[in-house]
Amino acid sequence: MTDVITTPARVLVTKIGLDGHDRGSRIIAAYLRDAGMEVIYTNPWQKIEAVVALALEEDVDVIGISSLATDHLLVPKLMAALIAADLGHIRVVVGGIVPDEDEADLLSAGVSEVFHPGAVRYDIVSSVEKLAAEATNARPLD
Amino acid sequence: MNKMDKTVAAAADWQRNYDKMIGNDKVIKNRSGIEVQPLYWPQDDADGSYTEKLGFPGSDPMTRGIYPTMHRGRTWSQRQLIGLGRPADFNARIKSILKSGASALSMIPCNSVYRGIDCDEVEPEILGTCGTILNTVEDMDISLKDIPIDEISIGLNDPNPFTMLAQMLIVAENRGIPWDMITGTSNQSDYISHFVANHMFYRLSLPGAHRVQMDTITYLAEHVPNWNALSIVGQHMQQAGATPAQAMGLTLSTAIQYAHDCKARGMDPDKFLERFTFFFDISISFFEEVAKFRAGRRIWNNLVTERFGVTNPRAKRFKFHAQTSGFDLTRQQPLNNIARVTAQAMAGIFGGLQSMHTDGYDEVLSTPSEDSAKIAISTQNILKHEAHLCDVIDPLGGSYYVEALTDAMEEEILKVIGQIDDQGGMYKAVENGFVQEMIGASALEYQKQIDNNEQTIVGVNAYQEEEDASARPVLKRPPQANMEAQVERLKQIKAARDSAVLAHGLQGLRTAAQSDNINVFGAQLDAARAGATLGEIVTVLREELGFGQPLVVA
Repeated sequence: MTDVITTPARVLVTKIGLDGHDRGSRIIAAYLRDAGMEVIYTNPWQKIEAVVALALEEDVDVIGISSLATDHLLVPKLMAALIAADLGHIRVVVGGIVPDEDEADLLSAGVSEVFHPGAVRYDIVSSVEKLAAEATNARPLD
Repeated sequence: MNKMDKTVAAAADWQRNYDKMIGNDKVIKNRSGIEVQPLYWPQDDADGSYTEKLGFPGSDPMTRGIYPTMHRGRTWSQRQLIGLGRPADFNARIKSILKSGASALSMIPCNSVYRGIDCDEVEPEILGTCGTILNTVEDMDISLKDIPIDEISIGLNDPNPFTMLAQMLIVAENRGIPWDMITGTSNQSDYISHFVANHMFYRLSLPGAHRVQMDTITYLAEHVPNWNALSIVGQHMQQAGATPAQAMGLTLSTAIQYAHDCKARGMDPDKFLERFTFFFDISISFFEEVAKFRAGRRIWNNLVTERFGVTNPRAKRFKFHAQTSGFDLTRQQPLNNIARVTAQAMAGIFGGLQSMHTDGYDEVLSTPSEDSAKIAISTQNILKHEAHLCDVIDPLGGSYYVEALTDAMEEEILKVIGQIDDQGGMYKAVENGFVQEMIGASALEYQKQIDNNEQTIVGVNAYQEEEDASARPVLKRPPQANMEAQVERLKQIKAARDSAVLAHGLQGLRTAAQSDNINVFGAQLDAARAGATLGEIVTVLREELGFGQPLVVA
């Protein structure tokens, strides 16, 4: 059964840690906007607490973390912080330079999917759509 | 003198300069026994277009090269970027790389250094994973242990406000090496480029960075005369999505901006332009890159003459370092990247570069491994010695295609420079977001071509194969314990300082930043001598001169 999304998926596209290379995150933001999603886009170098606060404030379904220079190593901390903030329904995807050894760690920390260089536009967009629907269904009832 | 006579005279001129500079020229024969001359040019130049548009290497308009001898005389510096872990790790690595043939040193700090933060304030997971931790003069001293810093050219990836350079100058001072023996370049010194693309380096606001930049250039011109204070960077822009013509045009516009800024400080273009250097990306679009470099050289030569009245030939030289493009590398079938880097490097060599970094094939998988860095250097050596790419100057010059493309690229590049002139110069065009928009649009456009299969990428949208992940190099990260020890060491160093001396040094820096006529870089050196760390220096300057934030969000 396909989930029907009645309102556009809300996606936070951001970078945590120290690196600022943003070609990838800008392209992804454009992909998702073109597909009709609401994209909240930030400056790089976000602190984990800031990402959690923004995710709550903007009521997002999915967080996309773009990483070129090892900042993905902080993502397990982000996952823990989301759960601590009662935002465990938010799905997190990571895209960028992520070595295989690290991918397993990210997935076991609760990341839904890792996209590597060369990932196909269609796959990225449809995965984020699917995850947004999952997040909506997993959302705690008010 | 008719036009052909002019060419003959110019050729004789070049031959004289060549002989003088080369000393004993080697006889080079190809495998068929044909003796290869250092330069070829048209024997018939009836309309004079050859002398006007191409000329001879080392003479106006320098399309064919900035020196009479080019790579036949001296090949490029092999300047591999290296940085990993603790200062001692860097030191060991640089020694091994120097042994394997690198002829210059290039230093990459940890991203925390780029961001202006000491290691004791960084999440430990990401510490030292991309570069070396350089927070103190001691860190720099350990990094450069047993390295003859007065004999080797050093590239510091050292963004404004140039804390690494300050540390290195103090290391030289402590070793009794006079500063005029120090040669090299402040890479990543082009603060404007940091606001345009890759948002990696800037620590200060745009106007704050401008102030520090100009103070540093002025200070170095007086005290460290053989240091290139400014490397103007097109690499970030092209990596962020600018087309090769845009990247060249924007870089030249940036150089125009800095030249005006230097003039405004009363400096003489015939002098300060001698120290301008450039840093470019080399994509795999082979002929386009060759034409980009040839056109850039010609435009710069004409431009400094027309706009700044330069007559000193040394001040017209378009000296550049280039790095093969990481963006072109693929995660799929990663060993293919060795072939890509080879093609990119060839384009750079035929483009007439002075210094090169070739990427490790695994850069797209992780921070490059030591083995892949060695292959990258071997690639340069193979091209030089086995493929004989350096025997003849500007060997593609005269090709109908390359010359037509050089002209067409020149036209495109000049268009971009015109657009930036219309914005009131590069500083304004970046402040108002014009450049960021231009690059963003180009990045999207190219991505669409890949998405639509208009541009084939082997292994990505064509010729895909099942991937064998076990073939990938194993990642080596600095052990966490090393990083903890480094943080501990910083704490010890901080605790052992004379707090009055330190406070005095930092106050001096603050006072300089607040005043209009005290040189900030000089004050920074004093602060570093007083024991101030990278983070402390950057914090004071941020408080006084403003924090750097991206000017355009998406």
